[in-house]
Amino acid sequence: MPIRCEIISQDRLVFEGEVDIVVAPSTMGEVGILPNHAHLLATLELGRIKVRRGDEEDVFAVTGGIIEVQPNLVTILADAAEHVGEIDIKRAQEARQRAEKILAEGPPPDTDTYLKMEAALRRSNLRLKLADQYRKRGQRARPPGMGS
Amino acid sequence: MANAREVEQRIKSVKNIAQVTRALQAVSASKVKKTIQVLERTRPYSTKAWRVLQHIANQPQSEGLHPLLEQPPVVENVIVVLISGDRGLAGAYYSNIMRFLQVKFDEHPAGIRYITVGSKGRDILVRLGKDILAEFSNLPADPSYVDVSAIGRLAVEEFLDHNIDEVYLVYTDFINMIAQTPVIKKLLPLTKEGEERVSDFEEERNFSTEYIYEPGQEEILDNIIPRFTALQVFHAILESLASEHAARMVAMKNATDNATDLAGSLQLEYNKARQQAITNELLDIAGGAEALEQSL
Repeated sequence: MPIRCEIISQDRLVFEGEVDIVVAPSTMGEVGILPNHAHLLATLELGRIKVRRGDEEDVFAVTGGIIEVQPNLVTILADAAEHVGEIDIKRAQEARQRAEKILAEGPPPDTDTYLKMEAALRRSNLRLKLADQYRKRGQRARPPGMGS
Repeated sequence: MANAREVEQRIKSVKNIAQVTRALQAVSASKVKKTIQVLERTRPYSTKAWRVLQHIANQPQSEGLHPLLEQPPVVENVIVVLISGDRGLAGAYYSNIMRFLQVKFDEHPAGIRYITVGSKGRDILVRLGKDILAEFSNLPADPSYVDVSAIGRLAVEEFLDHNIDEVYLVYTDFINMIAQTPVIKKLLPLTKEGEERVSDFEEERNFSTEYIYEPGQEEILDNIIPRFTALQVFHAILESLASEHAARMVAMKNATDNATDLAGSLQLEYNKARQQAITNELLDIAGGAEALEQSL
């Protein structure tokens, strides 16, 4: 029996479909959700969401948010999320360089700029890492059934 | 029969009006299109966020879980967040929502204070002598969540300070270009009746257990309930904005059509008046010529 999974970012529906397992980066560690999981409400961290159905696996970069689990439904409300196939490598690289440059200028820690740039750096690093890891393994460019 | 020159002037002014309304119609058409795009981008998130809130509120042991889920035993003070707009010429848009508001709250036993978004709604409420707690007007043409999150936060704060017992959101739901309906949503406290648009009820039967919260129940609920509440306000503003533009577009289209019709019938009248004037002139000449002949 599959479980329904919906991944929604603030500006669009990123993924929806029936899947066998969802793995998400909760604040307390990675959680794997199978059908008939107990009710769960957890915050998500920057990280990777994996959704598997049969032999097919889709991977998403997520920058935080929440996950709500019902026995037959997983709702992930992400601050931002994208399929690895959608990651714009060039843009992520540029973002990383920009963040590194600003951080190298040494803004005082705990200021707005510092925190923002640190978060930007972590986001772009995650995107690049995931794109690198999964594209080599022949990930589909887009999740099934999703238009652009 | 009217003077031909007068009629000509009226035709000119009616045609001017048609030109203006046609321009307004075009502007509203492009604005409504833009707003719908934003609406469609944000709709999945806010509807799912609302569903999560409903799930939380529908737990068997939702009492004592979080202050924002707590229904006060007596409802004495209510806040109504009324979403309207800043500009007129929008057909029945404002009268519809105001009538809806009056039907819902005129007989309400509790003391009602309003938070208004948009100056039109505020002006009408002031004229009616209603109690206005706060007003937000002249929002940007394409508001972002950050622009309007203060509105939701204000409602949450007032609720947490026990100044008020319930918060309602009244706005206009955009269904399509010709249909927009005023709706009411109970924002706070989060209770089972909150959902007016019925959905996902088949899931609720599965409720038997409480949630596991990670990290802690308080941290999560403190984080998401106010945020998602503010998000509902944001979404309501977008719905209302799309409705306002659509209503204005239709109103302006009607105005343009009417002006064109009027110009047509005025043209007819003008032609008649002109013909009449020529006939009269000819009669004068003929009469004059005859009189001349007879006198010779």
